[in-house]
This record gives sequence, structure tokens and C-alpha cells, in this order.
Amino acid sequence: MTVSNSRKLHFKIYRYDPDKDAKPYMQDIEIEVPATDRKLLDAMVTLKAKDDSIAFRRSCREGVCGSDAMNINGKNGLACLTDLSSFPEGKPIILRPLPGLPVIRDLIVDMTQFFKQYHSIKPYLINNDPLPERERLQSPEDREELNGLYECILCACCTTACPSFWWNPDKFVGPAGLLAAYRFIADTRDQATSERLDNLEDPYRLFRCHTIMNCVDVCPKGLNPTKAIGKIKDMMVKRAI
Amino acid sequence: MNYSVRKFDAVIVGAGGAGLRAAIQLSEAGMKTAVLTKVFPTRSHTVAAQGGVAASLGNSEEDHWHWHMYDTVKGSDWLGDQDAIEFMCRKANEVVVELEHYGMPFDRTDSGKIYQRPFGGHMSNFGEKPVRRSCAAADRTGHAMLHAMYQRNVKANTQFFVEWQALDLVRDADGEVLGVTAMDMETGEIVVFHAKATIFATGGAGRIYYSSTNAFINTGDGVGMAARAGIPLEDMEFWQFHPTGVAGAGVLITEGVRGEGGILRNAQGERFMERYAPNAKDLASRDVVSRAMVTEINEGRGCGPNKDFVLLDITHLPPETIMKRLPGIHEIAVQFAGVDALKEPIPVVPTCHYQMGGIPTNYNGQVVVPGKRTQSEIVPGFYAAGECACASVHGANRLGTNSLLDLLVFGKSAGESAVAELRAGNRTHKPLPQECIDQTLARVNRLNTQKGGANVHETRLDMQRAMQKHAGVFRFKDMLAEGVEKILGIAEQVGQTEIADKSMVFNTARIEALELDNLIEVAKATIVSANARTESRGAHVRDDAPDTPANPNGRDDANWLKHSLWYREGNRLDYKSVKLTPLSVDSIELKTRAY
Ligand SMILES: Cc1cc2nc3c(=O)[nH]c(=O)nc-3n(C[C@H](O)[C@H](O)[C@H](O)COP(=O)(O)OP(=O)(O)OC[C@H]3O[C@@H](n4cnc5c(N)ncnc54)[C@H](O)[C@@H]3O)c2cc1C
Ligand code: SF4
Ligand code: SF4
Ligand code: FES
Repeated sequence: MTVSNSRKLHFKIYRYDPDKDAKPYMQDIEIEVPATDRKLLDAMVTLKAKDDSIAFRRSCREGVCGSDAMNINGKNGLACLTDLSSFPEGKPIILRPLPGLPVIRDLIVDMTQFFKQYHSIKPYLINNDPLPERERLQSPEDREELNGLYECILCACCTTACPSFWWNPDKFVGPAGLLAAYRFIADTRDQATSERLDNLEDPYRLFRCHTIMNCVDVCPKGLNPTKAIGKIKDMMVKRAI
Repeated sequence: MNYSVRKFDAVIVGAGGAGLRAAIQLSEAGMKTAVLTKVFPTRSHTVAAQGGVAASLGNSEEDHWHWHMYDTVKGSDWLGDQDAIEFMCRKANEVVVELEHYGMPFDRTDSGKIYQRPFGGHMSNFGEKPVRRSCAAADRTGHAMLHAMYQRNVKANTQFFVEWQALDLVRDADGEVLGVTAMDMETGEIVVFHAKATIFATGGAGRIYYSSTNAFINTGDGVGMAARAGIPLEDMEFWQFHPTGVAGAGVLITEGVRGEGGILRNAQGERFMERYAPNAKDLASRDVVSRAMVTEINEGRGCGPNKDFVLLDITHLPPETIMKRLPGIHEIAVQFAGVDALKEPIPVVPTCHYQMGGIPTNYNGQVVVPGKRTQSEIVPGFYAAGECACASVHGANRLGTNSLLDLLVFGKSAGESAVAELRAGNRTHKPLPQECIDQTLARVNRLNTQKGGANVHETRLDMQRAMQKHAGVFRFKDMLAEGVEKILGIAEQVGQTEIADKSMVFNTARIEALELDNLIEVAKATIVSANARTESRGAHVRDDAPDTPANPNGRDDANWLKHSLWYREGNRLDYKSVKLTPLSVDSIELKTRAY
């Protein structure tokens, strides 16, 4: 790799290691990365080769595992799907952990509360009919209802961008969990719709969503939790009358 | 350094497809089970599988498990064990239908059945013409499958230890397996998981190569742990290079693209696969397509300024088909190749993808090693499934969609075998051998104190570059011999790696250093086994074993129709025979492979 092909980057990274730091701080780092580094994650791996103490999660490097969600220049996203070329020249790239969750270390947050909410909606198919010998049938049209719902990678970009979740992480299910709830409600094979609606019938779990749309704005998979939430709310209203 | 001990009926290491499938079996049987995983279960690399899972459901046209079995044996270049292959192909419908019952959102045919597409090497009527056998959820089959199985485990109340890294296998002087040592990544705490049954489902080690479709976490931990505990590794010379990794990025473009009608073209725009595989063309077996591509590139018909890739063309397909059946591919092409696949072809190169070898097992998921009486004696308390295991159903070359099937069938059978042993009361919590625990403590302590050692990142890169150069798509006698020396040299460096970060809290530098200990075992096993096997078979093709009338395709059945077994101790090789006798049908007789 010739030097002329490389690119100079200026990072400001949130650092905190409870083992040695009294409190978090922002670290300035300048680094040359090779031109073959296309994505933010590539540059972070280059950076980590120089300073092995920078901690972040990553795995698939192709936007399907949901590991490397972080706050990039103020907006939640996946490092592996963020193009380095999308950053304006001459401005630092500011990396922070996802907001609203406790920080374990550097860019690694404690996702317990996020998964607790996901688990609270019973994220599995409920159908008590005797199982047929072969697959249950489902028309292509009915199957299409699941598009835009099942593809969620549980990265938490949406939920940790949602003000309602920041204020009530223990009570509000959050966009990712509600999207999952609707994924099962919308599945013609699932028989627990009314139980699922009961589960969300309280002032917080569903109704804390004020359609602020932050979630839609940040989802790296282009999903629309707000729309799913709207559909659940409609069903609640319909069954009330 | 302190550690504590926790007791379970069973410990499963890995929560990808194989681990989750085994966990369903154990949890639903009411066994006290711990599932350890380095990442949250749905972040395991099964999530990245795209194309589908094989089963002869026959939803769109006639199909039969026996045809599937034939294709798998042929695909394996006859190195697969025919008993395990029959077992897998006969079980396929059952395990795929179970997934549907768990709630997996398969695509559907007009009559509401599971949608199936053609895939490389899968043919009807014993090799006649491509058949629709791959059951798919768009091009996100692995994601849909992994999430459905995780969800089923939530329902079954499975106990997960998320972000725990298993470090060493605990195996006593009698050779029995009693659990694993592991580290809580968040706190650095070390715990011995003392179990009556231990199931490895740690996935592949594609990261031994420089260019790979595998995730960062695919570091062969289970395989490395087994090797350190004296278990031989089977057929590690066989690595699948997938024909279509995005040039430069390594990210996979599923073969399902060719299943839906995509075509490979060289710089002249020629559909070159017609010359190499007149019958199956672009849907020939993966080793065949990868070699054809490299041949095109080597002979100057590659594309781009450096003529170092070929093109995957889907511009002739209806945009609706692409957006409906291959939406993820469209996204990947934009993200990682910078092309709109509706309008432009995608630059692709063969990329390391899948580990055919692994921890030797029988078709019940029990780990087997040569013993005093037979070549396959059961290791008490030890099971393995998925990419880390070698059943062996893929032999010298795996067919696409057979891996997701493998992890379902053998994840389930490993779980069933463990449940049966536990129910029979055959297993107890035998006393723990202190040496195994000390080995783990010593590895971690060394990293805390090592001075003036090798850099982890650099050492790993050296290994990856050496493997890419010395054990790639085509292999050369001299290069292999040189590669053995290089890798053994790098292995010494691995024994002296140094990390700057000494924190106890989520120390990712330490995690990577401990992973490298496993990667290097896999690299050693691969290069040593490859150097010794002086024939060409499946994915292992050498210059000094060319196509001759006596040995078509360079395959030498008289001397090499046998499985390699590599032992870490003494870097030693042994061999065992291939099981040519299936369970109920006639043996599929040796033939020259052509597509
Ligand atoms: C991009 C891509 C696409 C593919 N597409 C297909 C396809 O369409 N069809 C098909 O049949 N096959 C496909 N394959 C192959 C197939 O996906 C894999 O072989 C299979 O998913 C492996 O599953 P597994 O359960 O064995 O391992 P993985 O899914 O890799 O899971 C491994 C698990 O082990 C855990 N683990 C590893 N080490 C440790 C440790 N030390 N301590 C604790 N936990 C540990 C990990 O956390 C993880 O949970 C594809 C592969 C790739 C890379
Ligand atoms: S739309 Fe609702 S869920 Fe989404 S960010 Fe706003 S409040 Fe949160
Ligand atoms: S909805 Fe989108 S942002 Fe939210 S968790 Fe799922 S993939 Fe991530
Ligand atoms: S690393 Fe998997 S989503 Fe980015």
C-alpha cells in the first residue's frame, strides 16, 4: 500500500475502562488508514491494531449480526455499514456508545434491559393446534405481511435513539421489541394475538411511543418500527370498541 | 488466580445453528443445561447464511432423499461417510419442517408450501439435471433460521451464558470429557463448567485465511480446544473456497444468485462455465466453479485493471425477481461492491468459506477417536455438531445448503444422544483433573505477564497471508512444504504473543490473543494434512497430482480413499478408512466426478 493511497482520519472516541479510569473521557486519535479501508469498522480494526485497548463489539462485518451498533457523529448506526467516504473532510469522527444504556467499557454497552424488553413480548410463535406432519401452509400474500418485520437484527440502534425508552427503559418496550411483537401478531400462523395485545395494554409498554420517529430514522436495515407500532395501536383501538 | 466451579447436566459451547438446535433438545428434555457463547446467540455467524437449507421436500418438482444422498456423496468426491450422509439426507424433511413449526418465515410457493430453489450440485434422478431442493427465506435463510431457533429456546427457557469464552476442554486421564473452562468476558472471571455431557458447536475457522466470507469470531475455538486435549482433527486439508465473494471485501454473494439464473462471465463477456461443466454450467459444484474462475484469471481473462476478478451477472433477470428473492444481495452489492446489481455485474473472486474437516464424530454426534479395538471409539461425554465437527458428510467438498442441514440434523442428534446418556444415568460428575484447569490459568497468566512478545494482529496476519499463499484454491508441492515450515514458525510466535491491555473488564485484546491460540492449531492441521495428501480430491487440488487416465482428476483411490487424522502432539498424522456402506441402500460406487 503506497502512502499516497492512504487516508488520514481524526477520531474522537469515548473511552472508559472502569478498571483504571475514574471517569469517562473523549480521546483524540489521528491515524492513517489504507485506501482499502472502505467502512468505519475497517478503520476501527486498523486503529485497534495500533492500540489494542480500544474495546468495541464486532462480528459479521456485513450488517447482519447487529454487534457493532454505536453512536456515530451523534447518530446511531452500524460501523460496518458506514462508509468512510460519508464523513466530511476535516471534521473529526465522533464515536460514542449507544445512548441510554449503561456503559461496560469504551463503546461496549450493557444490553440487558434491551433484551429484557425483547423477551417480554414473548418473541416466539404461539400455536396450540396439533402439529401437521408437513409444514403448515401459508399463502405468499400472508407471508409477505412479515416482510419489513422479521429482518430485525436486534442491534438496538432504534431503541437507544428513542427518548421514551431513555426515560422509561424498564417500562416502555421500545421500538425493537414492539416491532417483534407485531411480527408475531402479523403472522397468520400465530394464535395469540389477543394475549399479545393484553400484554401491551398499559400506559407505558406501548403507549409511551409518541411517534417521534427517531427509530425509523436510524434503523440500518431500513425497517419501520413506528409503522408497526401504529398498527398495534389501531388494533387496540378497534378491539376497545 | 481464582476460579470457581459450576455444575450442570450438560454444557453446550456455541449458540449458532448447531448449538441452538442441540439446546432445544436438552432444554425440552428438562436437563440442566448451560449454553456458552462468545456473542449474543443471534450474532453467531449462522445469521449470515443466505441461500437456503437442503431437503428433498419436492414442493416444486419431484425429489427424493436418495438423489440428495447421491449428490452429496459425489460432491464429497467420495470422501464422505455414506452412513452419515444417508442419515442426514433422510432426516432433512423432518428437521426443516420442525423449523417451520418453530415459526421460521420461509418463502412460500403459490400453494403455500416452503419455497425451494436450485443450488449447485443438487440434481434430480442421480445427477441428471438441477433440482429445486434449497428451502429458502429470501436470501436471509440463516438469519430467519437462527432467530427462529433462538426464539424457540426463549420459549424453552434455555439458560444462556452470553459473552462467555470457553478456553479449554476438561478431559481426564481416562479420556473422558468433564466440561470446559471459560471466562466471563465482561469481568475476566474464570469458571469451570463441570458437566456430564459437553457439546461443541463452535463453528468454523475461516479466519485462518486472509480473504474469507467468515466473521471475525470464526476462529475455530472448539477445534483448537479439542486438539489441545489430544483429540485428532479429521480431514482438515479440505477447505471450501466459495466462487463468489465480493472482490476485495470477501463478503459472500450466495450461490442462490446463480440458482435464480445469475451467470459468471470473463473479461470477454463469455459464459465460461459452459466449457468447464457443460451440463450443470454455473451450478456445478463449488470446487469446480472456483477452479474454473482461477483458471480464467490465471490465463489472462480476468476483469478490471489488474484482471483479477470475474463478473457475476444478473442484469438479465427481472428486477422483481431480484428484489423479491435476492433483496439482501442487492444491498450487499451496493454496500460492498459499489454496484447496482440490477444494472451492472458484480465483481467476484473465490473466497475461503467453509471448513469441511473438524472434530471427528459419528452420525449420532458423538466424538470418536481411534482406540485399541476400532478406529472409531466414542469419547465418553463429548459431542460435536455443525461446522466444527466432521461427521463426515461433506468429505472433500461440501454442497451448498448442506451445512445448514448438517447443523440441524447433527445438532439434534448430538442433543438426543446426550439426553439418552443422561437419562440412562451413565454419566456422573467425575472429579475434575487439576492439570486442565491449570492449563487455562497458565494461558491467561502468560498473557498478563508476557514481555517483549509478538503482536497479536501482526502474527495473525502473517498466518493468514501464509495460508492464503500456500494452501489456496490450487496447491503446489513446493509451496505446501514451504508453508508447513512457515506455519510452524508462526506457531512459535503465537506461543509468545503480548497484549498491552491488561484490564479485567471486557478485554477484547485478550479475547483475540486466546482466539489466535486456536486459529493456529487449525492452520497447522490444515497445512500438514494438505502437504501429506499427495492426490487431488474435491477442494484439495495439487500440481503434482494432475488429471491422468489412471487417476482421473488426479484422484488416487488406491492410496488416498481415507480420512486424515492430525494429532497436535508430535504434529503427527494418522488415517482411517471411509465408510462406503450406507445404512439401508447400496453403496454409491466410486466414479469419476464430472458436472
Ligand atoms: C456468508 C455465509 C453464507 C452461508 N450460507 C449458507 C447457506 O446458504 N446454506 C448453508 O447450508 N450453509 C451456508 N453457510 C455455511 C453455514 O452458514 C455455516 O457452516 C453454519 O452456519 C455454521 O453453524 P455453526 O452452528 O456450526 O456455527 P456458528 O453459527 O458459527 O456458531 C458458532 C457459535 O459458537 C460460539 N463460540 C465459538 N467459540 C466459542 C468459545 N470459545 N466460547 C464460547 N462460544 C464460542 C459463537 O459465539 C457462536 O455462537 C454460509 C456461511 C457463510 C460464512
Ligand atoms: S416513534 Fe415511538 S418508538 Fe420510535 S423513537 Fe419515537 S417514541 Fe420511540
Ligand atoms: S428495528 Fe432496526 S434498528 Fe431496531 S433493532 Fe431491529 S434492525 Fe436494529
Ligand atoms: S459487525 Fe455485524 S452488524 Fe456490523
